[in-house]
Order: sequence, then structure tokens, then C-alpha cells
Amino acid sequence: MLDVALRHAFADFTLQAAFRAPPGVTVLFGRSGSGKTTIVNALAGLLRPDEGRIAVGDRTLLDTRRGIRLPPHRRRIGYIFQEGRLFPHLTVRQNLAYGAWFAPKDAPREETGRIVDLLGIGPLLDRRPATLSGGEKQRVAIGRALLSAPRLILADEPLAALDEARKAEILPYFERLRDEVSVPILYVSHSASEVARLATTVVALEAGRVTAHGPASEVLGDPAILPAGAREAGAVLTARVVRHHEDGLTELDANGLALFLPQVARPPGSAVRVRIAAHEVILAGERPHDLSALNILPGTVREMHPGDGPGVIVALDTAAGRVLARITRRSATAMGLRPGTQVHAIVKSVAVAPGDVGGPGRAGTGGASAP
Amino acid sequence: MADWLGPEEWRAVALSLQVSLWATLVSLPFGILAAYALARWRFPGRQLLNGLVHLPLILPPVVTGYLLLLTFGTQGPVGGVLAEWGIVLAFRWTGAALAAGVMAFPLMVRAIWLSLEAVDPKLEQASATLGASPPWVFLTVTLPLILPGIVAGAILAFAKAMGEFGATITFVSNIPGQTRTIPSAIHAFLQVPGGEGSAVRLVIVSVVVAMAALLLSEVIGRRVAARVGGV
Repeated sequence: MLDVALRHAFADFTLQAAFRAPPGVTVLFGRSGSGKTTIVNALAGLLRPDEGRIAVGDRTLLDTRRGIRLPPHRRRIGYIFQEGRLFPHLTVRQNLAYGAWFAPKDAPREETGRIVDLLGIGPLLDRRPATLSGGEKQRVAIGRALLSAPRLILADEPLAALDEARKAEILPYFERLRDEVSVPILYVSHSASEVARLATTVVALEAGRVTAHGPASEVLGDPAILPAGAREAGAVLTARVVRHHEDGLTELDANGLALFLPQVARPPGSAVRVRIAAHEVILAGERPHDLSALNILPGTVREMHPGDGPGVIVALDTAAGRVLARITRRSATAMGLRPGTQVHAIVKSVAVAPGDVGGPGRAGTGGASAP
Repeated sequence: MADWLGPEEWRAVALSLQVSLWATLVSLPFGILAAYALARWRFPGRQLLNGLVHLPLILPPVVTGYLLLLTFGTQGPVGGVLAEWGIVLAFRWTGAALAAGVMAFPLMVRAIWLSLEAVDPKLEQASATLGASPPWVFLTVTLPLILPGIVAGAILAFAKAMGEFGATITFVSNIPGQTRTIPSAIHAFLQVPGGEGSAVRLVIVSVVVAMAALLLSEVIGRRVAARVGGV
């Protein structure tokens, strides 16, 4: 359990944030300039906040009132930086061993071989960072942080410096970390799809304040929050792979509702999280017939949240879970939508991007337990 | 080759190498410390330290030599204390090494300072988050990364020490076998009739040693840079 309360005044804004993070991946989510990196640097001890308290488990790292301020090297926090920051004068093997060498001998630690396998960096061990690609560097950086026997892993937009293909390469490793490594992870991101795939808990930040905080499915499914703005809105459903069809579609079961998505590279029976972008959802009053879209989810309107423009975000409760739809206010009026109205949410299979389907997370429901 | 140089010339060459080597090795830790302090720390008296380090570069060497004599001579405040412990610098080869080291110090510090400024502090932060205390950060990250600068600074200082004349002759005079380094020997040979031959031979030795030092720094620098990853 991570417990954070910070206040720090900058010239142009004040960070005032408090949150708790249960085990699993907690994503600090917000636009650039919302104070995410400040929080992470304060956690690592690289920034000295005006006031605050930080505790990991029963260990207090910072308490300005009691005059406690552990220096960075005594915090045992595995920091994965945006730019990797591998030591250029050491080989990959030496980089990986660096943190482990400083860790207390009795600290619970991961086995090097297992982490090397998990990250697929075995063939790189004798190379120097200058010869690695961006994605390889970042995988080594993840390994280096993990092997320092950390109490907590911090990842500050670890994918931001990578192109789309490299992002797709690294993201699954973070899913594996979440599912296979017991260290809690605080992950900073401004990407809705990264949040949807990784987060057990979401802490949404705006202008230095926490605007929402809770299990991922709740925060992402709440039309009043939309931490990334209406354009990026999307809900997360949890489903189980049923079978792969010959025409390239994968059939999923989301609590009794069938979903058809383009090939999901996971075996039948495995659980997945699917992010459904709000702007890809069409609403219909009657159940439509003779329709090209394959996914029809009946549900009840729960909330409607008008935006600044002509749009409105409609939150539906379906058997599969909370679904968000972004439609025009004109359509909402024409259909007579209001909380309680029965509607059908329609999602084209091909509208779900492969990057929006990911592993289930430890808790399985995508939401996990409340903090 | 051995009889190409006369015994007195050989002594000058050997003494020069001895003096320069000691001057470089002994001043190196201080050079690294001074460069680190100047590049990284903000403290009262930083400008004073900066001035002190650079003084030998701008003062006439004779003045530096005279100041050394005043300070480290057997009657001087530091020299007197050292003399009580049995360490005498004035008119000894150790004094020549001190003079050479002081004269070469600014060059050494500047080279190391420059390489320190090229070190990305983000790497040192990364090292700290991985559990390295400040001395360990310095030993395992900063020091290896500034190694090219240290090598360049040391070789530059060595070359400068080989050529030091003004401060040396003022502080420790020109005693054959004790303080007569190559430049002093050249100077002495040129004062006596028929000494031009010896002087020319020592000039050739000077040129060869200087070129070798330059070449060596190039080779070592390139090797170290490759190890650090070509940056």
C-alpha cells in the first residue's frame, strides 16, 4: 500500500494531491503539466516538496512534519525513466546488476534469470546501451529497476519516447509485471489506452489536484470525470475468450453477452480487458436487424453528461459492464434519452483496436478492490 | 641510442620524466576534487578557489616560483612546518615536482571540469534511485564517465610539467641531477660555449616526448570513449 499526500508550490501552479494505491498497477493519469512527474520525483526523493507525507507499506519515506526525509538512495524505489537512463559505460548485464548490488542482502528480490526471461533480454546481456534500440533499452531499464529489490516501481511515461510499434512491444511486458511480480507499480501516463490496459487503480490529476480516484473500471466509466477529455473517453469491459473463428474473428463472452473482435492473440478461456472508445459506439432504441455491426449490447441509460460542444457522453449499464457512448445532443434529444431509457449499444468489431485489448490484471475484473 | 646522449643530458631527461610523473600523479586527486567542486558545488569562496586554481596560468611563472619559494622555502610558513617533519622542497627535485604540478594544475582542472559538465546529471539521479549513496554515485557513474577528461587532463598536465621552466628555476634553481630538468639543462647548455650540440639533442627529446604524449592521449581517449559508448 502506497500512501501519498503532497503540497508543493511552483511559480505557476500548486500541486496539492493525496491518494492511496493498493497493490497492482496504479496509473497516475492526466494531461502534461498536471503534476504527474512532480509526484513521481517527490516519491523518488529527487524533488523536495514543501509539505507532505509518503509511506510505502509501513516504511515512511517522507514526513515533513516529523522531519523525516529519506535520501533517494535509501528509498529503494525502482524508477523507470522516460528516457531509460541506462549507464552507457556498463554492459546490459552490469546495468541489471547495478541496483541489486546496493540492495540490502535480506531484501526480497526477484531472480535475475526470471526477469531476463520475462523481458526477453537474454540475447542483449553482453551489449552496451549505445547499441540497443529504443524498445530494448526500455526493457533493460525495466529489468534494472525490478532487480534493485524495490519496495515500489515508478514508471514515468515509460512509453512516451517510443513510436507506436515499440509501444506495442513494451506494453505486454508491463502487463506481465502486473500479473507476475508482487511489487506495486505506480505508472504515469496520459494515454487512455495505456490506462485501460494496465490500471488496477486510476488516480486522475488535473492542474495539480486529484479529480478522481478509484478502481479503473469505475473511474473510466464515469462520464463526469473523463480525465483525458471527451475525445479520449472509453470504458473498459472484462471478457473471456470463447473461441477463434476461421474468418479471423475472436468470440468473447462478457458476462453472457457475446462480443466479436478481430483476432485476439490469446488462448480460449483466458480473460482479457477490452477498451471500447466512446466515439465508436452507436446507440439504437430498438434492437436493429440486418446490421453490419456484430456487437449489440442491450442496456439502460445511467447518466448523461453534456460536453462543451454538440456532444454528450451517455453512460449505459449493460450486462457486460459500464459502456460509454459519445453521441450528439441532437440525437439524444431525438431518441428521447434520459436516465432509465432502454437502448442498444452497437460497436463495430473493427472499431476495437488491437492495442485496446490486453491482459486481465490480477484482480480479474479490471476494477479490483477499492482502496 | 644510449651514447647518443651524454651522461649529463641523460640525467636531465630522467629527472624531467620523474618530476613530471610525480607532479601529475600527486596533483590528479586534487585536480579531480577542485574540478568537481567548481563544476558542481555552489559555496562561498567558489570564485576565490577558481581564481587560485587559474592564477598560475596568468601570473608570470617567475612570480609563481617566487611565491612558492616564499611559502614552501625552509623559512616559509608551510615550508618551515614541512622542514620540521624532515620534508624539504626548496632546491630539491620534490620542489621541482611541486612547481611543475602547480603550473600544470589549471590545465588539468579545466579538462576535467569540461568533461564533468558533459555528464548528464540524470544518470547520477538514476544511480541514486538504484540505491547508490553519493560517494558510490561518484565512483560508479561520474568517475567512469569523466575518465576521458581525466586522461586528457593528466596528459596535458604531464606535457606542461615537462616544459616548465620559469617557476622551477626560481623556486629550486638549476642544480645538476637535483633540479636540472630538460628546459633548465637546455638553458644551461646555451650559456656555455660548445653547448649547442647538447641543447639541440635535448630539444629533440622534448619534441619526441611531447608528440608521444599527444599521440598517447589520442589513443587512450579514443579507447575510453568507445568503452563509454561513443558519446
